[in-house]
Amino acid sequence: MKSRLWLRWVWPVVPIFASLLVTSLLLYLFGASPIESFQAMLKGAFGDQSKTLSVLAFWVPLLLTATGLLVTFTAGLWNIGVEGQIVMGAIAASWVALRVEAPAPVLLTLEILAAMAAGALWAGFSAVLKTRGKVHEIFSGLALNNIAIILTNYLISGPWQPPEGGTFRGTAPFQEDALFPLFGNSHFSPLSLILAIVAFGAVVVTLRGTLWGLQLKALGKNLRSAFLLGVSSEREMILAMMFCGALAGLGGGVRVLSWFDSLRQSISGGIGFLALLIVMLANYRAFWIPPISLFFSVVLNGAISLQLRTQLHSSLGGILTEMMVLFVVLFGDATKIKFLQRKKDHD
Amino acid sequence: MQIELRQIRKYFGPVRANDGISLTLEGGRIYGLLGENGAGKSTLMKILSGYQPPDSGDILLDGQPQRFASPAEALGSGVGMLYQDPLDIPAFNVKDNYLLGRNRRVVLNYKTAKRELSEITTRFQFVLDQQASIESLSLGERQQLELTRLLVGGAQLLILDEPTTGISADQKEKLFASIKKLARDEGKTLILVSHKLDEVHELCDEAFVLRKGQLVGKIEIPCPNERLVEMMFGQIPLRSERPGHTLGEPVLELKDLRIPTYRLIVKDINLTVHEGEIFGLAGLEGSGQQLVLRACAGLIKADHGHVSLAGQDITNWPFQRVRTAGVGFVAAGRLEEGLVADLSLTEHLVLSQPSRRFFIDWSDARKKIQDRIEQYQIVGSPDSGAEELSGGNQQRLLFGLLWESLKLILLEHPTRGLDVRSSDWIWDQLYQRRQAGTAILFMSSDLDEIIDRSDRIAVFSGGKMSRILDARQTNVDEVGHLIGGQE
Amino acid sequence: MIDQALILILSSVVLASTPLIIAVCGEILTERAGIVNLSLDGSMLMAAMTGFVVALKSDSVWVGFLAAMIVGGFFASIIAFGSIRLRQSQFAIGFVLTLLGDDLAAFLGQNYTRIPGPVVKHFAIPLLEDIPVLGPIFFNQSPVVYFAYILVGVTWFYLFRTQPGLRLRSAGERPEAAFARGISVNRQRYIYTIVGGALVGIAGAAYSLDIKIGWSDGHIRGFGWIALAIVIFGGWSPIRGAFGALLFGATKALATFLQRRFPEVSVVAFNAVPWVLMITVLLLVGSDFTERIITMAPERMQRPLQRLLRISPPKALGSTFVED
Repeated sequence: MKSRLWLRWVWPVVPIFASLLVTSLLLYLFGASPIESFQAMLKGAFGDQSKTLSVLAFWVPLLLTATGLLVTFTAGLWNIGVEGQIVMGAIAASWVALRVEAPAPVLLTLEILAAMAAGALWAGFSAVLKTRGKVHEIFSGLALNNIAIILTNYLISGPWQPPEGGTFRGTAPFQEDALFPLFGNSHFSPLSLILAIVAFGAVVVTLRGTLWGLQLKALGKNLRSAFLLGVSSEREMILAMMFCGALAGLGGGVRVLSWFDSLRQSISGGIGFLALLIVMLANYRAFWIPPISLFFSVVLNGAISLQLRTQLHSSLGGILTEMMVLFVVLFGDATKIKFLQRKKDHD
Repeated sequence: MQIELRQIRKYFGPVRANDGISLTLEGGRIYGLLGENGAGKSTLMKILSGYQPPDSGDILLDGQPQRFASPAEALGSGVGMLYQDPLDIPAFNVKDNYLLGRNRRVVLNYKTAKRELSEITTRFQFVLDQQASIESLSLGERQQLELTRLLVGGAQLLILDEPTTGISADQKEKLFASIKKLARDEGKTLILVSHKLDEVHELCDEAFVLRKGQLVGKIEIPCPNERLVEMMFGQIPLRSERPGHTLGEPVLELKDLRIPTYRLIVKDINLTVHEGEIFGLAGLEGSGQQLVLRACAGLIKADHGHVSLAGQDITNWPFQRVRTAGVGFVAAGRLEEGLVADLSLTEHLVLSQPSRRFFIDWSDARKKIQDRIEQYQIVGSPDSGAEELSGGNQQRLLFGLLWESLKLILLEHPTRGLDVRSSDWIWDQLYQRRQAGTAILFMSSDLDEIIDRSDRIAVFSGGKMSRILDARQTNVDEVGHLIGGQE
Repeated sequence: MIDQALILILSSVVLASTPLIIAVCGEILTERAGIVNLSLDGSMLMAAMTGFVVALKSDSVWVGFLAAMIVGGFFASIIAFGSIRLRQSQFAIGFVLTLLGDDLAAFLGQNYTRIPGPVVKHFAIPLLEDIPVLGPIFFNQSPVVYFAYILVGVTWFYLFRTQPGLRLRSAGERPEAAFARGISVNRQRYIYTIVGGALVGIAGAAYSLDIKIGWSDGHIRGFGWIALAIVIFGGWSPIRGAFGALLFGATKALATFLQRRFPEVSVVAFNAVPWVLMITVLLLVGSDFTERIITMAPERMQRPLQRLLRISPPKALGSTFVED
């Protein structure tokens, strides 16, 4: 079942054009010139140094989370609870930042470890519910996402509210030593980028070069055969989820410690869900994840500055990326599509 | 109704499931359809009952050619099939299940359903609790319900696929009474797909025997059992010419093992397999031999009795632990249970081997798989995906993945679907293993293989294990009788 | 005497739960046929926005509802087409549509945020409204609420007492058996995915035209997920689902109520109750714990208990079926 050669080359580009077409149409409907708007978006993302740094700052937690999700997707798991894992990471990092007094390097190390541990635990919970309780990870993940968000709101409005009274917006800013060192006057922290690159490298090596990575791959493709080949499915599934949770938690930590300076109400801002989209768009191939994450960050940041300039709603960025993913999810696998095959049969 | 099948053909890839089968059935008679596993019985019956279309060939009902797009259409024309696993909806209750697809009325009419159901159940003396959910029924009751549905649906020809597997003696008696009644009093045609010769003798007027996709015979019942056995299994050497060998220490011991499942309860299993011994388990599919094999592997649980491996009690150990204790297991479904499609041969090797090194040495792994590819004569390269291999090569790969030294190898249908050369080769490998002291316990539906290859044999029938036979002293006839449940 | 304030609260609980009840009925139809429409959250946002804008333009709430139905049905049809015809993961498609619906609604509705528009007029049902306590709670409401009452009954009756309902359920329980009885499984799945989606659309518009009137960015975000959860802890039954929705509405109302009474106690955590409940119920569904409890009961009680406690998802939920 092979499709035509030219289709195999052209097909991957189709989603890009299709989504550009749809967004252009939307822009046109709202009386904006598509070309100018896309230019404005690009300018919004790369117009000056601070904007570019903003793109990078947003990119890091996306990359961390998407990298983690690569592991769970490889193991055949739908870790929709990644959003909650980010939030728990943020909460744990905030806890250290608010409650521990220590020199900056110690404090940062503690924060990172706490964020990773919290994310891993939250994910592990989902995994155990799946392996032991037969609860599908989509639903446990969803519930745990909401519980994590509710916990944040509770902390912000309760025990961790700023001294001047609860604003429901966030905690008081953390002590200076608790924050990631930032690049100039931006929200971008080079340290977080290093962590993300290390994590990405570790995941690539794990998936390609280690027994564990191979076991996950086997699990994701055929649970039963993998089991008979000697893969302990329960343990590896829990570990895969916890691994992803740790990276997502770290992403959450990066959010509070560099993008913000305190624990906020919507601390994740949907990064977990975006990361899921990124891995789907990358079609589960590791090396596509950094560029696609960057692309997402560019589009979303560009859309925000587009809104500031033209009042056009920033959700345009989301629409552009989501359309792309939708096309890939529906039609990405050209070999599965009947009308393309039929054409071939007539040749 | 007269039913005629003309030149029915159905191929699945290279497998000729039905290779030009023609037969004619008359009303009011009970026919047996016999053949070993893979002979093409179920394919033929699925075609006749509209579940799948033939590649070519015709079905004629009273001389009229018919094409069935679905089982519902077949039933509309009077052909109904009772599957071994009844095609009902477990989550429904009895009445809903009965009414599903019954008519076009929008609002369900429970009153009529109740009346119709009671009518027909009294006629055949079935006892059905109409309030019950299907899940809570026994297999026999589900069968009765399904039978009822087919009769009300207008079935003139009823196909019963292994109807007595997993039902109680009492239900069997009732089923047989109703089968006779349907044929003698109501002029319906019945086809009994079965392996059980005593049932065929008890019920049928005539039997058709299939072998390897072809009709090899039609015979009036009663007839000597030997005739049927010979037709089913073909002519085979009565005694195999194999050098004897000395038995070593016991490796696998089963004591009073009991394995309960929904369908079948296997109990009182006692057997011992020694070092270097090849022990064959014969029997129809689903007679319990597979359950015993899998209980030894730690894949299903026994609720009574003991399994010990070289003197150590391993009863109900989890599979991975049994595996590390030196037991190799090769399941029947190669790509479902054994190999992972999309993973390469090298990756399979790395996954399966005892080494638990964290980082994979790919070049070393490639070298090793290259060796096995040569040693096991696998047509494929280290980078081929397991799904690209042919069935025979997949089987060779599975044997290639077994650990070097094993105390015991458990095999399900080791040569199913393989050609003679591959089968011989596989057994040569197993003989080598046996020289090294490995005990081998295997099941097969191929009687030739069981008698030819084993040192000792146990035959399963309806969850019971026969006395243990010496393969050199037995013959196909004796084993065939035991398979049919006769002592 | 029951305090007037409590009656008011209870009647607002009923009103607030209504869209959830409608969406739950829709999703139950879809899932009972074997497909998961995961896109509820996005579909409802799109439908809420469309319903409001169309109602505003046409000056008729009913045209607004119709438009919302179409939007909901359209989103659902993408999932049906993608999973049945293209055989792609329905979870992936549904998930992307969730996010897409959210953003698309935000963009398309950007010029209509926080402005007044038409609303559904409430009216009391004569006679029924005079029943003490229950009357003012249940029968002095909006027509959308009355529609939800009828919908729950009709959905239940349709699913469990009609031939089309049996066919629908058989497609989600055991497609091969359904096929054997002449039922086109995939046609069932197309129909009920789209019908379910249309109901989800109505639910969305019920928010923007009646319950949380108007449109603002993401104004009912999260409710779709809650509806999906309620489907499960309602055990795929419309009646239990409706109670689940009411329970959810009640816990929310109770949380605000307690907050007002005891401001010193932080009851934000109270919001977590439905989610904790959801996990607990799912655990009970998956494990054989419930089964054990049932078998411990006296023989006579087992069957009713089983009917009450046992929740099992449609067996073929989320699987694809290929007819030979």
